Amino acid sequence: MKALTFPGGVHPPYYKAISMSEPLRGAPLPLIAVIPLSQHIGAPNEPLVKKGDHVEEGQVLGKSGSFVSSPVHSPVYGKVLEIKKAFHPVMGPTLSVFIERNKNKEPRGYVEQDVEEFSPRELIEKIRNAGVVGMGGAAFPTHVKLSVPEGKKIETLIINGAECEPYLTCDHAVMTRRTQEILKGIEIVIRILQPKNTYIAIEDNKKSAIFAFQRMIKESTYKALLGIQVVLLKTKYPQGGEKQLIKAISGREVPPGKLPLDIGFLVQNVGTLYAIYEAVYFNKPLIERVVTISGDCLNRPGNYFVKIGATVRDIVEQYGVELYREPKKIIVGGPMMGFAQPHMDVPILKNTSGILFLSEQRARYFEERQCIKCARCVDVCPVNLVPTDIMKNVRKGYWDRLEKLHVTDCIECGACMYSCPARIPLVQYIKDAKSVIEGRK
Amino acid sequence: MKKLTISTSPHVFSSLDIPYMMKGVIKALIPAVAASLYFFRWRAFLLILTTVSACVLTEYLLQRLRGRQVRIGDFSAVVTGLLLALVLPPSIPLWMSFFGGVFAITLGKEIFGGLGHNIFNPALLARAFLMAAFPVALTTWTNPVALDTVTTATPLGMAQFDHVITPYVSLFFGNVGGSLGETSALALLLGLGYLLYYKIIDYRIPVAYVGTVIFFSAVTHAIAPGRFSPPLFHVLAGGLLLGAVFMATDPATSPVTGLGRWIFGAGCGLITMTIRLWGGLPEGVMYSILLMNAVTPLINRITRPRRFGVGHGR
Repeated sequence: MKALTFPGGVHPPYYKAISMSEPLRGAPLPLIAVIPLSQHIGAPNEPLVKKGDHVEEGQVLGKSGSFVSSPVHSPVYGKVLEIKKAFHPVMGPTLSVFIERNKNKEPRGYVEQDVEEFSPRELIEKIRNAGVVGMGGAAFPTHVKLSVPEGKKIETLIINGAECEPYLTCDHAVMTRRTQEILKGIEIVIRILQPKNTYIAIEDNKKSAIFAFQRMIKESTYKALLGIQVVLLKTKYPQGGEKQLIKAISGREVPPGKLPLDIGFLVQNVGTLYAIYEAVYFNKPLIERVVTISGDCLNRPGNYFVKIGATVRDIVEQYGVELYREPKKIIVGGPMMGFAQPHMDVPILKNTSGILFLSEQRARYFEERQCIKCARCVDVCPVNLVPTDIMKNVRKGYWDRLEKLHVTDCIECGACMYSCPARIPLVQYIKDAKSVIEGRK
Repeated sequence: MKKLTISTSPHVFSSLDIPYMMKGVIKALIPAVAASLYFFRWRAFLLILTTVSACVLTEYLLQRLRGRQVRIGDFSAVVTGLLLALVLPPSIPLWMSFFGGVFAITLGKEIFGGLGHNIFNPALLARAFLMAAFPVALTTWTNPVALDTVTTATPLGMAQFDHVITPYVSLFFGNVGGSLGETSALALLLGLGYLLYYKIIDYRIPVAYVGTVIFFSAVTHAIAPGRFSPPLFHVLAGGLLLGAVFMATDPATSPVTGLGRWIFGAGCGLITMTIRLWGGLPEGVMYSILLMNAVTPLINRITRPRRFGVGHGR
């Protein structure tokens, strides 16, 4: 099988071995869960509970009447301590619900149900009610993605198991340890969309996941699953980007400002499929996810089932990960696109794929030098931009020229800055340019 | 807990930074420097010492005087000095070469704003300046190894004026007259291999440059074999390899787009061959690169990459 890929991209050190062979571990429940009310792209949620309320595990804490939104649920039994603006790992302070867990209550059990009878509309409704969002990064509400507008048709469904970010192994863990469940999730999505082709796309540094899927598909009793193709991708960053994945598999490019849907594609992360499976088979809302805890400061790195709303502090203090040296940088997400955090009171969100603890050595600060026009940023850019020109025009404030340089096409993957020998914060320049252009419209 | 570092993504970086690149170029020049020391002995040594110290010293003083951060630690001035020495004749008086080094850094680099902002390759610009100021010293050649003061001619000169073709073996190993670093094709090819292997340069410019020269000379040689030298001669003789590997690939003065680099290399090849075959000078590498340096901003503008998702069929 030939490994497919896209033009451009980089090969950062992967550091996946740190957590790859670790089992999927359960994790202690948080004593106090902090749940930001809005954890998706779209309309913000309104709180449905108030201070002092007792809440059940899985009870809806906030929702919005708008279709492009996704409810959030309580991860534990407990009492609402307060509802106030609190720290959010990516956005500014966000309205969040603080829940003190009732230690006397056991976690709830979920009963498997027969799903044969559900219509596509009912399936989508279940996914919506469970608060499922894209867990690979953007947190776009999954039920919106699956509700294909009139006149459009999904020809190709791509299951994204690329996991191209260094350190992260949460998708790998789910793929190898919950293979059957993911396939059941895929079967549900196939029932909804009726695509012509379905691909499971995995980078070639995750052979065990590839074999697991191939074996399970062969043994499957579901007719719909037999047509699924497992495709091998070259290990290269950002292979897991939606547009790069489509390019690698089909050679087609999503036009600027358009969605994969517009050219008949739909991409879903494997973690999301596991959440879809749980939502449909068990009516279980998205209140926990697999998070990779890694870095070079821990004795017990690994992949943990973490409740949404648990904080980084909980992980350090309760999970037995054993920080054996002081981290200099704590990153939510992967090292290419993740966010450095100022402290440990950071809640895990639905799209938090990893928490990385990096030592002084790996969190090194590099002095910025002058651009020598070596064009490495141009060579690696997966969306054909010329970052060095963009940077120059941002510095000079030539905003009109920036639109012609197609700044808005940037996917902010960070490949340019990774490869820049002058260590110029190119992604930051591009983000600045985007917000100025956005503001002028 | 100590203060945590906050910075924007990405949080990992390639180990290839500017000092690494410059040191890589210096390492890639080791074979050429060694060959020059072997063929031109103490003259090569003194010349290299003079130009390198002139460049580093000038850069240091200029940056100090302008109150800027002194960045001689990035080794770019060392590279400029080394390259300048390698494009000069072994017999050039040392004061002239020192002057060339000062010129390279002052008017070739710092006046534009320093590393990365210069339009022309500093070493070649300095050589062009010396050529204009001291034409005799710049065209007086020494016999290798013997180092006799009797002037000799370069292989290209002999071919153009006397129709004598130097044996390929001499051209390959470098036992011929010429600038310090251009004589040994073998040493330069070793350097090319190093630069490509460690991804310090992009292959497009040297391939396009040498490829164009081969194509051009093959055609002209086929038409008039008596008048025009064969392709292999044009590749091995003169400054072509030194120029194509170390000068035309200078990142600051060559295009940033992939297509642009193909055009740049091909343009260098065309101009080189035009000068070599029909010009008054036997060699055209220096002027070809400087001319293509001048049109690099234009090449960048007309070769912008195709927008992702646009004009891509289906």
